[in-house]
Amino acid sequence: MSARGATTDPLARFAVSSARRRRDRIARGTILSATLIALVPLVLIIYYLLHRGLGSWSSSLFTTDPTGNTFFKSSSIGGIKSAILGTLEIVALASAISIPIGIGVAVWLVEYGRASRFAHTVRFFVDVLTGVPSIVFGLFIYIVLIVGTGSTYAGYKGAFALALLMLPVVIRSAEVVLVLVPAALRESALALGAPRWRMISSVVLPTALAGMVTGVLLAIARAAGETAPLLFTAGATLKTSSNLGQFMNSLPVQIYSDVTSPTTAVEHRAWGAALTLVVMILIVNLIARLVSRRSRLA
Amino acid sequence: MTPTRSSARVADVSSEGHPRLGRHDWRSPAPAPEPPAGARPGSASGGDAAVENRPGLSVRLEQLRAFYGDAEQLRGVDLEFRPNEVTAIIGPSGCGKSTLIRCINRMHEEIPNARAEGRVMLDDLDVYGPSVDVVAVRRAIGMVFQRPNPFPTMSIFDNVAAGLRLTARRNGDLRPKVEAALRSAGLWGEVSDRLGKPGAGLSGGQQQRLCIARSLAVDPEVILMDEPCSALDPIATLKIEELIADLKTRITIVIVTHNMQQAARVADRTAFMLDGRLIEVGPTQEIFTNPADLRTEEYVTGKFG
Amino acid sequence: MLKYGLTALAALILALIVYFFVRLVGEAGPAFSKAGLFGFTFGNGWNVSAERFGALPLLVGTLVTSALALLIGVPVAVAGAIYATELCPLRLRTPLTVLVELLAAVPSVVYGLWGIFFLAPKLQGAEQWLADRLSFVPFIGGGLVTIPNYFITGLILAIMILPIVSAISREVMSTVPSDQKEAALGLGATRWEMIRTAVLPYCRSGIVGGAMLGLGRAIGETIAVTILIGDAPQLGRHLFGQGYSLAAVIANEFGEAQGLHRSALFAAGLVLFVLTLLVNGVARMLVARSARPTQSPLAAATLLTDTAAGA
Repeated sequence: MSARGATTDPLARFAVSSARRRRDRIARGTILSATLIALVPLVLIIYYLLHRGLGSWSSSLFTTDPTGNTFFKSSSIGGIKSAILGTLEIVALASAISIPIGIGVAVWLVEYGRASRFAHTVRFFVDVLTGVPSIVFGLFIYIVLIVGTGSTYAGYKGAFALALLMLPVVIRSAEVVLVLVPAALRESALALGAPRWRMISSVVLPTALAGMVTGVLLAIARAAGETAPLLFTAGATLKTSSNLGQFMNSLPVQIYSDVTSPTTAVEHRAWGAALTLVVMILIVNLIARLVSRRSRLA
Repeated sequence: MTPTRSSARVADVSSEGHPRLGRHDWRSPAPAPEPPAGARPGSASGGDAAVENRPGLSVRLEQLRAFYGDAEQLRGVDLEFRPNEVTAIIGPSGCGKSTLIRCINRMHEEIPNARAEGRVMLDDLDVYGPSVDVVAVRRAIGMVFQRPNPFPTMSIFDNVAAGLRLTARRNGDLRPKVEAALRSAGLWGEVSDRLGKPGAGLSGGQQQRLCIARSLAVDPEVILMDEPCSALDPIATLKIEELIADLKTRITIVIVTHNMQQAARVADRTAFMLDGRLIEVGPTQEIFTNPADLRTEEYVTGKFG
Repeated sequence: MLKYGLTALAALILALIVYFFVRLVGEAGPAFSKAGLFGFTFGNGWNVSAERFGALPLLVGTLVTSALALLIGVPVAVAGAIYATELCPLRLRTPLTVLVELLAAVPSVVYGLWGIFFLAPKLQGAEQWLADRLSFVPFIGGGLVTIPNYFITGLILAIMILPIVSAISREVMSTVPSDQKEAALGLGATRWEMIRTAVLPYCRSGIVGGAMLGLGRAIGETIAVTILIGDAPQLGRHLFGQGYSLAAVIANEFGEAQGLHRSALFAAGLVLFVLTLLVNGVARMLVARSARPTQSPLAAATLLTDTAAGA
């Protein structure tokens, strides 16, 4: 348009002032830099986890229990075998408790409770649970299962605390998915003369399965990383145990106690344990994402 | 989107004189002016209207093609919208009429993976030219959408002032312009006592006129209307149509409609599109009573669409 | 049959929550009755050996670090959300979102580990420089910077709340109808002007809600804070000094607590519980007002896990 004089440019009257243009550039630049800043900690954390964590990974890390000895070289402080197995056991039990209950409540909310006042109350309390700090879940379980029974820490108590923490996530994510099941599907099942429970078990649940699995997996991933609810429910211990009635070690608690009593060797182990934990959580997350791609809803 | 422009053509068009320079004897740079007949004879016949009002600019599409990803939605359209005329674009759903007007103010490219080729000449400027600022294009070519879309968080006043605020320094200057825009949109009498109330509280028809006022406030040369009455009742529709007739004395108007009666009522010229191609364009009366193309005839007589 | 079974289950959950709450109040009772509700919550001094329990230093620690987290985290998170929804090239959008969500997958204890062994020592010099420059501002500058301190805790919390605030902002921004954005663009708005006139006003309450959920999470955050705040049972003298928080005191002292001390920790838990309840209540109201029901199950579940208060 350079060939044309300003008077014949039909856009001359509408030209964007340089101040506006500058403001636009500055705003965009600021937004972009803030976005990049947000990624800096992520890069640093991943780098340090890999750098320090991989350096501490060894076969003995995964095959030995911590010795409780923190003052000598890494050969004598032991590994994180009991912590890995403990986390697996506790999270497995927590899932076994929270998934059926959570999905049951979600099915009730969607299929039976719907917009009733009772259903709203339940939803409200579930939302309240979502916001409860995880350490408070630990306190709840402590009061009921430790003060209440006059006994001490045990793996299953930690699992109950985690289950409580997973419950609202499982319920609300399953509810979201169940609501998405088209009403026409339900109606066609009912029109065939199927009783409501048949309709739910053979039409609604299979349709919503992938979505519910995604929600459940993300709940598991979150529970696996929790430290606070386990501190005074499952306790901290050294030995590998398959008895959920006893003290049970777990990765987050192991890392926490390693951080709070640091010698170089123990810190070294903490990084190895942290990398292990993050890898486990990421695998679960990844599976959740893959499953959600296969979801038949939305 | 064509990177090369023929400068010869620019010179050509400019040599015909520019409306801005010859205020009183505006004329269309179109090669073969047809008598501006149609549903509203007289109203677009230049003369008096042009003396009182600044004429709008012409818009000429040259081999305009539009794509969504790999799908070609417009397959090379040549069409001119003359100043101070209302041109209606009709055609069955999916024929590309909305895409066409969204290409004129380059709104089409806001859709991910969408692009356009060819030229859109605003007067003698290709709005797809390499040095053209899309922001200025959209200010010169206003748009009214299918559903009324006032900004829900803003008052009636702020809605109309929204475009002005982008460039204005002080709020004090805005009031007369806002009032003028609301008057032009025929809304002033209905809202002058509640300018501070939310625009979303108006009826659908009022909201659409508010949106028209919002476009008018920045004093555009051209207004594109994408089925502006499709969400409105008949009375609100009538008001908008009256408004269009008023506005064309100073603004070039392009209106997409699927309602053939509406095209017959408001448009000086009508273009019929099918499958991304322009089938026929001409004075509205002719298109509806004596179309040249069989497909146009079938469409306007309701055989398909 | 199924119907009654499930109804009973729902009722059971409800009863359980109420029961927990009542028992928590019961356990906290002795601490409250000794100092009074007000005296406990706002009393200055947490002395275990003297059995004197005033939660003010904890409350201040919680609030200072959470406020700092909001101050640093929210602008960055919102900017990231704007970039992802309005500015970034389409094919970068998903990777960017996934990257930010990765931050949510890192467990609290790992943030603590990284913070205390990497970030805090690395930033100590810069913090000291800042503290010296700001020495004229009371409660902020001056004094010696310790490795664990309020500021570093707030910084880590900011990183931790980034994914939720960002996810909710993104969710809310994606609900802005395209005709609103086109209305602004059609008036000749630049991209930033479009964001300012059509996107941000439309999402304001949703973004504030997201920030509040982030606040709720920061308040309830336990392990990373316990590791980074220094666990000093007094009011920190300045921003770069050590302190304590409601959640940290429980994590740190509960194991050995007896009698009144344990009751005081339950009371601290109760204060924490009520605080998060209030913040989350307001937050959910604001988000619900501006977000449409989430469409994809994955997004819904991610939001839920992200918003659940962390440890």
